[in-house]
Amino acid sequence: MSGLNRLGLIEARELLRRRAISAVELTQSCLAAMERGRRLNAFITETPEKALAMAQAADARLARGEGRLLEGLPIAVKDLFCTAGVRTTAASRMLANFVPFYESTVTAKLWAEGAVLLGKTNLDEFAMGSSNTTSAFGPVINPWTPPGASPGLVPGGSSGGSAAAVAAFLCPAATGTDTGGSIRQPASFCGIVGIKPTYGRCSRWGIVAFASSLDQAGAFARSVADAALLLQAMSGFDPKDSTSADLPVPDWPASLAPRVRGLKIGIPKEYRVPGMPAEIEALWARGAEWLRAQGAEIVEVSLPLTRYALPTYYIVAPAEASSNLARYDGMRYGLRVAGRDLVDTYKRSRGEGFGAEVRRRILIGTYVLSAGYYDAYYLKAQKVRRKIVDDFRRVFEICDALLTPTAPSAAFRIGEKSEDPVSMYLNDVFTVPVNLAGLPGISVPAGLSREGLPLGLQVIGRPWDEATIFQVARALEEAAAFTAVPPGAVEV
Amino acid sequence: MAWTIRGRTGEWELVCGLEIHAQVISKAKLFSGAATTFGAEPNTQVSPVDAGMPGMLPVLNGFCVEQAVKTGLALEAEINKVSIFERKNYFYPDLPQGYQISQYQHPIVGRGRVILDLPDGTTKEIGIVRLHLEQDAGKSLHGTREGVTLVDLNRCGVALMEIVTAPDIRAPEEAALFLKKLRSLLRYVGTCDGNMEEGSLRCDANVSVRRVGETRLGTRCEIKNVNSMRFIAKAIEYEARRQVELLESGGVVEQETRLFDASKGETRSMRSKEEAHDYRYFPDPDLLPLELDDALIERLRRELPELPDAKKARFMREYGLSAYDAGVLVAERACADYFEALARGRDAKQAANWVINELFGALARRGLDIEACPLPPEALGEILDLIAEGKISGKIAKEVFQEAFETGARPRQIVEAKGLEQVTDAAAIEPIVDRLLADNPAQVANVQKNPKVLGWFVGQVMKATGGRANPELVNTLLRKKLGLS
Repeated sequence: MSGLNRLGLIEARELLRRRAISAVELTQSCLAAMERGRRLNAFITETPEKALAMAQAADARLARGEGRLLEGLPIAVKDLFCTAGVRTTAASRMLANFVPFYESTVTAKLWAEGAVLLGKTNLDEFAMGSSNTTSAFGPVINPWTPPGASPGLVPGGSSGGSAAAVAAFLCPAATGTDTGGSIRQPASFCGIVGIKPTYGRCSRWGIVAFASSLDQAGAFARSVADAALLLQAMSGFDPKDSTSADLPVPDWPASLAPRVRGLKIGIPKEYRVPGMPAEIEALWARGAEWLRAQGAEIVEVSLPLTRYALPTYYIVAPAEASSNLARYDGMRYGLRVAGRDLVDTYKRSRGEGFGAEVRRRILIGTYVLSAGYYDAYYLKAQKVRRKIVDDFRRVFEICDALLTPTAPSAAFRIGEKSEDPVSMYLNDVFTVPVNLAGLPGISVPAGLSREGLPLGLQVIGRPWDEATIFQVARALEEAAAFTAVPPGAVEV
Repeated sequence: MAWTIRGRTGEWELVCGLEIHAQVISKAKLFSGAATTFGAEPNTQVSPVDAGMPGMLPVLNGFCVEQAVKTGLALEAEINKVSIFERKNYFYPDLPQGYQISQYQHPIVGRGRVILDLPDGTTKEIGIVRLHLEQDAGKSLHGTREGVTLVDLNRCGVALMEIVTAPDIRAPEEAALFLKKLRSLLRYVGTCDGNMEEGSLRCDANVSVRRVGETRLGTRCEIKNVNSMRFIAKAIEYEARRQVELLESGGVVEQETRLFDASKGETRSMRSKEEAHDYRYFPDPDLLPLELDDALIERLRRELPELPDAKKARFMREYGLSAYDAGVLVAERACADYFEALARGRDAKQAANWVINELFGALARRGLDIEACPLPPEALGEILDLIAEGKISGKIAKEVFQEAFETGARPRQIVEAKGLEQVTDAAAIEPIVDRLLADNPAQVANVQKNPKVLGWFVGQVMKATGGRANPELVNTLLRKKLGLS
């Protein structure tokens, strides 16, 4: 059967249950698509043997009528999740040969629901970036890159490999992580759905840490319903992560309806940032109109501290990263470049193991935590962060969800912003505040730019209220009827 | 204890505070489930969390928290209902995460105090500034193999309590007394075994000096690794004298870290203030603030055993012991328990004497702790009972004690088997006395002039009866026969 790689999770699940297709066929189709789509560089490690073995086991279960939530559904995993026996690199030279002996909680949950691992997707090194150009394994090409264009377009980042793989039909869904927009921004750039749940919804255990107080796992798929299904399987309390929440996981797919009647949707006026392209502004207005047309009440709200979110993020995240990445010292695992003495060995191992962006953030983080600078930077950033949380709390007393653009632009060319870190960081202007406040956020493809590139809208919700943003996202999805297929989509 | 250093230019006073690292008694480490057994094969008690593997996260061990609270209560300290774990960042091969999880601005325990009993009979209060929980590092082994340093991560992540005193110590001996008292408290509440040889109790001393009458503090040096009760006073005294000499010869004390060399009895510079690390402390984002509720604190307070100070006061009150004897007995909870078991229904002062003199002496000779004492209190009680019943003399009692201590045999059986029971029958002793007087006419003549010679006769009778004759009876018989009043 051809075209199985184009099936979504829920469609495929139905066909698998009816035994219309087998998990092995579905997996083979995705593996073939991955092979044909290798020029996108979406995967760092492909795991075909493992995938087929898992698919066979899933078929056996399905045959016995014992299929679980994701039985036989092939999934790609961002190469930041530790997978037992499968190389986990964080897209860094430092971990180029690191094979964990343990499985992250989130991926363990996926396998416990019968999912099939296709491979590990490319990302910005240690998830630090908004373009997937900092990977030690090379940049990922956005499948929306016009044919013949060189250089290609970025898929966004840091979960660029996952987003590109789902957009190009290499797999129906993928995991990601989002520290400042690393799921939502690539979802927007690649024209797919990406959800970052509330901080604490998914366990961080076994995910290579970037910034612990911001990192959160989430899901990519080509529909809101598929994203809800994958996220459901990934979520839940984990006693091994002290910041994971001991709350029940709602059955999101079951309660998914495009119902916004009576909901109050806030439009934060501070998100109209200077220099935002008119087409993004227009898309945003159109999104609000779609929701109003379906019975939602649209209210303008104020998040006065929005402009401080990005600077705050670029203090907090590097501070935590500088400490989280201290363990990569060349002593027990990872790259070790022998030097004259201990300190020289540290310098060489870390100097050669980490790329420029990671080194930059370690330096920034070390600086803002240093004696004499701590109060002016880190402490002040923590105070601002609390005020940003208060800002959101106040608007959520009035409205049920917020609607914003996901990113201030469509995908840009590889290398376009690499020379100017600040313009690169500005990509995350709409997504970062959500991480600082620990809120759930989802990006839904809502239209195409003048150049034919996808643009996403972001829905932000109250803590633990993923259900509402899924509903709003479904409403946007219905109204937008986004069916465009990227030129780089793979046919099998 | 007015202790001063007489320098060339005047009198100097010591100002000293201690920082103690006490390993928490717990089966598992502070943030990982790994075991904590001392002396295990290298790197066999290491979880992926301890080894700093990617993606691993710490989870606080609630038992260690309870141990810290108990210790805080024993130090009569404030328990902070909210405390925060922070990361102390530095690179070293035995620190796999690249940071130590510790508490910095918000420790679990705040101000408290320890009361010292000084040798002159007075007491002195040493303030406790704080107690916080932190992870231990691993161990770097240099020189076991040519050209390489080996790392053992077994100790990595083990829970430590860092206890910081106020700079209240004014004499080197007070530091030793403090350490003994703290060790006693920790062992009473069962939160640290206090074993300095195995490193479960480690001490650093902050030492400065100032002229008598001066109220400002001098520049201090931190003396690392004063890890023995014997050396702590020596190390502090050496360092104080070094500083006085330096200051009097026109020098200045540099704030630095110094290491005590026990073999040479001196301290030497380890690193200066400039070389000190910038640890870049910040709250550990992997851990939530630690919140304690009143119910937990109250439960732990109720569970606290009677502490040494209270026990000492009770021993003096209930048993009429001297402050000294009571102090000796309560230093170890097991000793105090032993004493109380022995004293129950017996002469308490006599019981105290036996424990302090005979039992402690015998234990010390054999190098045993009270926990390993071969003679249970019931057995020693039998000896005291035999004395009270007039069945054995004090002298025989000591012999019985030795034998019982060495063989583990019960004292009553020893007395019976060896026929050591006191002879109280005059008819049995009289013939011996008669023969003695008949055989020693010269001494008989002598005793008339000098009654003190009577002791010689008593000794001879005791010798002839193998010490079993009742000495009072012998005395009476001799006096009667010799016509002494």
